[in-house]
Amino acid sequence: MATAEKQKSDVMLDYLIPQKKFPSVWCPGCGNGIVMGAFIRAVDKLEYDRNDIAMVSGIGCTSRMPVYLDFNSLHTMHGRALAFATGVKFAQPKMKVVVITGDGDALAIGGNHFIHACRRNIDITCILINNHTYGMTGGQGSPTTPSDAISTTTPFGNVEKHFDPCDLAKSAGASYVARGTVYHYPQLEKIITAALEHKGFSLVEVISNCHTYYGRLNKKGDAPAMLDMFKDLSVTKAKAKNMEQEELENKFVIGKMHEDNVKTEFCDEYKKIIDKQKG
Amino acid sequence: MSDSNQASQQQDTTPKKKNKYDFSETNKPLNINLSWCKACNICIAMCPQQIFEPDRDGRPIQTRPEDCTQCTICWVHCPDFCITSTVK
Ligand SMILES: Cc1ncc(C[n+]2csc(CCOP(=O)(O)OP(=O)(O)O)c2C)c(N)n1
Ligand code: SF4
Repeated sequence: MATAEKQKSDVMLDYLIPQKKFPSVWCPGCGNGIVMGAFIRAVDKLEYDRNDIAMVSGIGCTSRMPVYLDFNSLHTMHGRALAFATGVKFAQPKMKVVVITGDGDALAIGGNHFIHACRRNIDITCILINNHTYGMTGGQGSPTTPSDAISTTTPFGNVEKHFDPCDLAKSAGASYVARGTVYHYPQLEKIITAALEHKGFSLVEVISNCHTYYGRLNKKGDAPAMLDMFKDLSVTKAKAKNMEQEELENKFVIGKMHEDNVKTEFCDEYKKIIDKQKG
Repeated sequence: MSDSNQASQQQDTTPKKKNKYDFSETNKPLNINLSWCKACNICIAMCPQQIFEPDRDGRPIQTRPEDCTQCTICWVHCPDFCITSTVK
C-alpha cells in the first residue's frame, strides 16, 4: 500500500489463504475475527513482506487464526507457542515473529513460557486475546476469569482472584505492554502497529468476547451487547490515574501501559557474545 | 399546478445532503458478501447512521443507503470480512 493512500476496505482479502473454507470456524460475532482484521491492517500499513513474518500459535479458538493467514505459520502444542516462537526467532533473528494466543493458552498451561519470554525481552510480538474463559473446550474457568463469574468449572461463582496479564508481563520484564478491546478498533490497530514496530518483547492484551460461553453463562448477552459492555467498562489510562482502586475493580484500563526502549534485547546480546568469541 | 410542481422540484434540488457521498438504492455504499455472513448482528447494532435492517435470517440489508458516511465502523468490526466499500 502506498503510504499516503487511504487503506482499502478489502485489504483483508489479500491475506486470506484461498484454499481454506470460509467463513471461519469461529462462532458468529466472535471477537477473534476483529483482532485478525486489526492485525492484518497493521501489517499492511507497515508494508512488511509477508515472507518475513512468522505467526506462531498454540491450541484454542484464538490459536486457529494463523491457519487462515498467508504467512509462515506454526500451529503448535497447547501453551507452547512462545517456546516455539523463541526457537524461530533465535534461528532467524531477521524474521518478525508474532504469537497469537488465548488467555488459557498463555497464562495457564503456558504461564511459565510467558514469564520467561518476558524476562528475556526477546523480540517477539505477543497478541493475547483475553476472553475470560476457555472457549474451545466449553467454557471452563481460566486464570483471567473474574471473581464470582460463572464458568462450567465454577458453577457457583469463581472463588479465585484473576491475573492481570499486563501487570504480569510488565513485572516479568516485557518492554512494551498495552491493552485494547475489540470495541475500540482504531486504538487496537494503533497499539498492534506500535507493538510490531517495537524491538523487544511486546504484549498486546485484547479484551474480547466469548458470548457463546462466558457471555451466556454470565448473562452478558450476545456479541453486540458484549461489545457495548466493553465500551462501558473501559477507562483510559489518563482517566484511571485519578480514580480509586475500588472504582477500577472490574473495569479495563486501556491504552499503553509500559514502554522501555533502553532495555537490551536477547538476540542482540547473544550476537555480541558470538562476535566476541570469534575474536 | 405546474408552477407549484416546479417550485417543489427546486426545493428538492437545494443541497440538504448530510454527507459528501451520493448513495441511492441503485448505487449502494457497501458490498456485502452474504455467503460468509453468520448473522452476528454487529454491523446492524454498531452503524451510527443505522443504514441496515436485518432480513429474515438476521443478515444485514442496506435499507437507508443514502445515509452512509463511509465511517469504516461496519467493515472493521465485521469478524468475517463480509463488508467492503464500493467507493474506491
Ligand atoms: C496439553 C493439552 N491440554 C489440554 C488441552 C485441551 N484444550 C484445548 S483448547 C484449551 C483451552 C484454550 O483456551 P484459550 O487459550 O483461552 O483460548 P480460547 O479458546 O478461549 O480462544 C484446552 C484446555 C489440549 N489441547 N492440550
Ligand atoms: S467458543 Fe467463544 S472463543 Fe470460541 S469461537 Fe465461539 S465465541 Fe469465539
